[in-house]
Amino acid sequence: MGDSLSLVLFSGTDDKLNAAAVLVAGAAAMGRKVHVFLQYWALDAFRADRILKDHGVAPEAGPEGAAALQRHGGQHWSEILRQAKDIGEVEIQACSLSMEMFGLEVGDLDPLVDGQEGVAAFFLHADGPVTFI
Amino acid sequence: MTTLNITRQIDARGMPCPGPLMSLIGAIREGQVGDVIEVLSSDAGSRTDIPAWLAKAGHELVEVVEEDGFTRFAVRKAR
Repeated sequence: MGDSLSLVLFSGTDDKLNAAAVLVAGAAAMGRKVHVFLQYWALDAFRADRILKDHGVAPEAGPEGAAALQRHGGQHWSEILRQAKDIGEVEIQACSLSMEMFGLEVGDLDPLVDGQEGVAAFFLHADGPVTFI
Repeated sequence: MTTLNITRQIDARGMPCPGPLMSLIGAIREGQVGDVIEVLSSDAGSRTDIPAWLAKAGHELVEVVEEDGFTRFAVRKAR
């Protein structure tokens, strides 16, 4: 209780997914359980055949911000999430409503995703406040 | 400077946060109790993150040395 991190990922741009992956990795490193729920464009970014493609950046980045991000480089967010799952307890679930909207099956998603569930099931495991990105 | 028996060195310079910490965690997991792992990191976050993680995970921070453009951490696996 209060010792876990619950994240709802909505945005599917690489900057936001990267920021989320860093949070997940930090929480996992510090021994917190992490529950991630993927909705809309974030879920779309986890498709197995697209996960490594360029997902762009949030509009507020502007050309300068996008260039700074490009220069900074670093690991892909999917790799950071893989490491986080490796060192800690990180559960990544796809929102069943978004899955239906995109006509997706769990098999269409990257193996980082553990399964799909409805929002009530997410809250069954995700206690404490929810961070929405 | 004290002479440390370094078991393994991780050169994580150029790797952004949380890369150096993640590499250290991996090396600690693979190592033996008593191993000293040296991490070189140019990521400013490592200066707070590595000590924070060590305190939480119960390993020992043996030495922190500020070099030109990076920090050198020596860590002993304690359990």
